Amino acid sequence: MPEASADTVALDTKMTSRDVKVHYGDKLALKGVDLEFRTNEVTALIGPSGCGKSTFLRCLNRMNDTIGIARVSGQVTLDNDHIYGPNGIDPVLLRMRVGMVFQKPNPFPKSLYDNVAFGPRIHGLYRDKDHLDEIVTKALEKAGLWHEVKDRLYEKGTGISGGQQQRLCIARAIAVSPEVILMDEPCSALDPIATAKVEELIDELRENFTIVIVTHSMQQAARVSQRTAFFHLGEVIEVGDTEQIFTAPTQQLTQGYITGRFG
Amino acid sequence: MPTIGEQHIVKSYDDEMKRLHDALARMAGLAEAQLAASIEALEKRDSDIATQVMNSDYKVDECEHFINEQTVRLLALRAPVADDLRLVISALKAAGDIERIADHAANAAKRSLVLNQMPTVAPMRSLVRMGKLVAELLNEVLDAFLAHDAERALAVRSRDQEVDDLYSSLFREILTYMMEDPRTITACSHLMFIAKNIERVGDHATNIAEMTYFISTGRALNDQRPKRDTSAFEGAVTP
Ligand SMILES: Nc1ncnc2c1ncn2[C@@H]1O[C@H](COP(=O)(O)OP(=O)(O)O)[C@@H](O)[C@H]1O
Ligand SMILES: [Mg+2]
Repeated sequence: MPEASADTVALDTKMTSRDVKVHYGDKLALKGVDLEFRTNEVTALIGPSGCGKSTFLRCLNRMNDTIGIARVSGQVTLDNDHIYGPNGIDPVLLRMRVGMVFQKPNPFPKSLYDNVAFGPRIHGLYRDKDHLDEIVTKALEKAGLWHEVKDRLYEKGTGISGGQQQRLCIARAIAVSPEVILMDEPCSALDPIATAKVEELIDELRENFTIVIVTHSMQQAARVSQRTAFFHLGEVIEVGDTEQIFTAPTQQLTQGYITGRFG
Repeated sequence: MPTIGEQHIVKSYDDEMKRLHDALARMAGLAEAQLAASIEALEKRDSDIATQVMNSDYKVDECEHFINEQTVRLLALRAPVADDLRLVISALKAAGDIERIADHAANAAKRSLVLNQMPTVAPMRSLVRMGKLVAELLNEVLDAFLAHDAERALAVRSRDQEVDDLYSSLFREILTYMMEDPRTITACSHLMFIAKNIERVGDHATNIAEMTYFISTGRALNDQRPKRDTSAFEGAVTP
């Protein structure tokens, strides 16, 4: 792979990581990860539990800063700007530009409306009440949830089904118009139909966002992503077009993992 | 953390893949035997052997049927990927080729019954030589396929040229023979069809060689194997 520095990456590259390492106390959990994420593409991160997928995902929007014993080194860029270091992007602004959806749907115990309006409110992203209504409506529409909840916007966000809650969290994430959306096993708590709806949503969101998704489901990675990176013991073993990874991976470890030959 | 092994974590998956491989091996063995027997029937003018070949074709069909079902089951229930996927897809395709190979052997046997009612014609010797070459290449290709040995399969594939050359010269030989002695036209026509059957077996063997390459590398062979069978132009006016 050609050496790419922060200022010479390809035009459609949205984010890069270079030699990203993470320590939890003395334990080295990520051993130097180099990856690129392209605009309007879904990149899937796969690998056995504990290999560092979530740790890496958190590096992309500085969520590891909130974990006391975590130390991050290396470079991460967003549109060629460094996100760590003295000239790094302000973390609050960064987390607005790089949103996150978690494994378990975690709506706030507030109304559906307030859940989605939360980000725009704290970041002051709206002109007036009408504008906020519009932002909330658009986000719910994009999340494919509008028709299911439009008559109950002032009911509790925790009162809808798990699949709807997860799409609500996605609506909440996109309400602040992020550029990148990180998803950590967003479907692991959902049934197959709710999962299919979220996958369909991911495919639609790709038009406007760059998406990085951690998934335990091989089939999900194959279905939703264009690129796949395989992590093992804190390292990226192989990254490539999803089709190539699932038909002809070049590394034995990748093949063993995706075919279920761990043993 | 678990390590990566040779076997699937789900043992029944391994069992099903093995069942597919065993069925392919059995089918390959049957087709090889059918082709060898049909050539022996030609060479020895042995109608009993020819009849037996014709009556055994159903066994190959049964194998294909089983392999088709097994691949559909594996695709539906296991959603295979990577090398597993390539093996399953190749099994399905190879079974189709092997079934056609056995059909060609049965067709050759059927015509040999008719030939046995007529006096021997000289081009039969060349036909048998070509048949033996194809049978040898087929055995080699099927062994390589079952062992996933791309190198060996490609070596055989490059020899399909010899078959095409033999076929072209046999075609001319048969034509010449018919022109010299029109009483042999009936026998020679049957011979011509048998030669075509055998030449087609060579083509199917080539397909299987290419599949072997796909299994091991994940890539399709995209170089065009040069075709030098010139019989299609025979009799055309050349400037
Ligand atoms: N907050 C934490 N404190 C200490 N160790 C952690 C913490 N989070 C993760 N780890 C360790 O880092 C490694 C990678 O974990 P993680 O990124 O969660 O893996 P994955 O998401 O691939 O399952 C594991 O060994 C895990 O135990
Ligand atoms: Mg995780």
